[in-house]
Amino acid sequence: MNAKSQRLMFVAAGAVLLGIAAWLVSTALRDNIVFFFTPSEIDAQHYEAKRLRVGGLVAAESLNIDGLIANFIITDDTAQIAVRYEGALPDLFREGQGVVAEGRFDQKRFIADTVLAKHDETYMPREIADKLKEQGVWQGADSK
Amino acid sequence: MIAIIELGHLALIIAAALSFAQALLPILSLSGKAQIARILQTSCMGLVFFSFGALVHAFISSDFSVALVAQHSHSLKPLIYKISGSWGNHEGSLLLWIVILVLFGGIFAQTSKALPARFVTLTLSVQGTVTLGFLAFSLLTSNPFERLVDPPLDGRGLNPVLQDVGLALHPPMLYLGYVGLSLAFSLAVAGLIDGRVDKAWGRWTRPWVLAAWSALTIGIALGSWWAYYELGWGGWWFWDPVENASLMPWLAATALMHSVLVVEKRGQLRSWTILLAILSFSLSLVGTFIVRSGLLTSVHSFASDPSRGVFILGILLFAIGIPLLLFAWRGPQLAQSSDAALASRDTALVVNNMILVVATAIVLIGTFYPLGLELVSGARITVGPPYFDATFNPVMALALIGMVIGPVLMWRGGSLPKARQTLIIAGISAIIVIVLSVMLITDISAAGIAGIGLLGWLAFGMAADMQRQLKFHQPTQLSKRLTTLGLPIWGVWLGHLGMAVFLAGALGDGIARSEATIRAMPGDVITLQDRQYRFEAIENNLGPNYQTVTARLALETLDGSDIAILKPEKRFYPAEGQTTTEAAIRPTLSGDDYAVLGDGDATQGYTLRLYHKPLISWIWGGAGLMAVGGIFALAGRSRRKLVS
Repeated sequence: MNAKSQRLMFVAAGAVLLGIAAWLVSTALRDNIVFFFTPSEIDAQHYEAKRLRVGGLVAAESLNIDGLIANFIITDDTAQIAVRYEGALPDLFREGQGVVAEGRFDQKRFIADTVLAKHDETYMPREIADKLKEQGVWQGADSK
Repeated sequence: MIAIIELGHLALIIAAALSFAQALLPILSLSGKAQIARILQTSCMGLVFFSFGALVHAFISSDFSVALVAQHSHSLKPLIYKISGSWGNHEGSLLLWIVILVLFGGIFAQTSKALPARFVTLTLSVQGTVTLGFLAFSLLTSNPFERLVDPPLDGRGLNPVLQDVGLALHPPMLYLGYVGLSLAFSLAVAGLIDGRVDKAWGRWTRPWVLAAWSALTIGIALGSWWAYYELGWGGWWFWDPVENASLMPWLAATALMHSVLVVEKRGQLRSWTILLAILSFSLSLVGTFIVRSGLLTSVHSFASDPSRGVFILGILLFAIGIPLLLFAWRGPQLAQSSDAALASRDTALVVNNMILVVATAIVLIGTFYPLGLELVSGARITVGPPYFDATFNPVMALALIGMVIGPVLMWRGGSLPKARQTLIIAGISAIIVIVLSVMLITDISAAGIAGIGLLGWLAFGMAADMQRQLKFHQPTQLSKRLTTLGLPIWGVWLGHLGMAVFLAGALGDGIARSEATIRAMPGDVITLQDRQYRFEAIENNLGPNYQTVTARLALETLDGSDIAILKPEKRFYPAEGQTTTEAAIRPTLSGDDYAVLGDGDATQGYTLRLYHKPLISWIWGGAGLMAVGGIFALAGRSRRKLVS
């Protein structure tokens, strides 16, 4: 096989590989992404049963732990979402602190299977920080 | 009185001036004077080392008049974490980055005596430019030596999650890899300017790529290991933007490591290799940008600062843009046609590179897609593990198939004797393990079956290749064969077998893991598959700078004979006002027992998370084996140089 047709083969193989990869990526980006909302943005009915992340502050005196099940309310001071989570809560989970819950709406209640709290004292998920700053309820220090 | 801290600051400023001079050498038509470049680079290295030493000294001596020490250290912290605290923050880790930048430059300056003077000067000039950029970044936006007018009595402490041996070592190793790629970058740009990219260039460049790649492999593995035992969720890879930031340069450097071999052996793929060298280091810079700018949400981010992000973006555009323009201008001159047959090692390595570059692109898209979408539509999204499972894994599966085929083909064309036999053995083994896994493992997913098939193909393929070349069944001549084969082939074997070991670990944990989350009281017995945990008691203890709540769990077989005592705990750090979770792990070769204590009290009971994770330590063992493979390839290379 001469050099020219060989180079053609490589280009063809590369194009096929790229095509397959592009197809995989576009399918995966359509099916596997998770949208993020704050309580005031979300229309629970519209997103019934879709996998989502919701974030905000854990409302004061809303946490109720019964065995492994934690019920609490996420708020952005405009709207609230009742969350039910079964499992171990992260160390930094506290009332009044930022939190992101991942899961699905069932009726009006959000059934979370993952709960993320801010990772250290200077960190808060950016999604929440932005939202809270927008709404003027940001409590943390300004990012250094 | 001028204190050591001010001297450290001064040293950094002088180092910046020297780097500036070093960068300008070619413009001053001093390209032939490699000796000047060497002296500048070596002095710059000495000054930066001194500067870093001054910072570490301030941390060890708890000098809280230095702002950085006051913010990130505490007098009661154990010595090792005082030291590692000096790079456990943005300013200090940036200085560590520069330390490694000048270290690589300095070693190159001292080991390049046999290389052409003009080429050495050009390389050091590029390295000096990069160093200058980062020194300016440090001095202008992130000065680690800032003093406080009113020093506090004690520091604010280091984030307790970071007070850990794995994390003390993770940044230096990772940076050795990230920043080590800077030298491959400098060599590539120098080669482009010089118009000389040939087999000799490949021979000079490959050791630096191998060294950086091995360090990067270990650095990533340490980070993953840390996340596994410290974060307490039992996971070892989260597809977090910061993890992706280290994976992208690793994938590109893996491609580079293979393509620079083609340049060295065959003088082919020259322009492609140059491009890869530029891209690999650019991806290191992109990684830095991701971590430092706080642009992408991550559990690892340092506190973000937009002005720093803009500065790094500037360095990034400069470091990618100018070499790429240079490449567009000079690159076409390097193109040449190949005389290799289709079934050749040359072809296999081209395919390897295609696959790895596509895999890099997949990670890049997954990492930046949320940012792009937010800019375009305002929607906030997360791209998580399902995306990467669906895209990255199948593409890397192709790479794993090729890891058996490439080594049995010959340069230019044809296959080694009995290569076909090796591939047949690998193929049959893959089919047998697939059939066995379907029969023996209940509820196994299609991806799990495919993974096991790949593992069979790779492990038995490599074993067959070793048997073919070493002939274990004729032990009398084994030692002779071992010496004539040399170290480079061991680099291939260990590197590729390391991948098989890694895959075995990932599959063991992915397919056969068992876990339970429960609320329990002292006295309860919890069963997890073929073992049980007896919750004996809750204890309260005192550590050097923390208080604990510790659960005492007796791990037993189902008939009650003891295996081990596990003590997961929660630690409260008064200095930082933080609580951390310390998982209790009993690591064995066949699998880890992993217990975590959650929230709770004496009336409600305590949350316990218990896991059994088969083969999980093979993940890091495999990564270590790969790095050893890289070091063997490096050692084999330098030994051959001594012989010839």
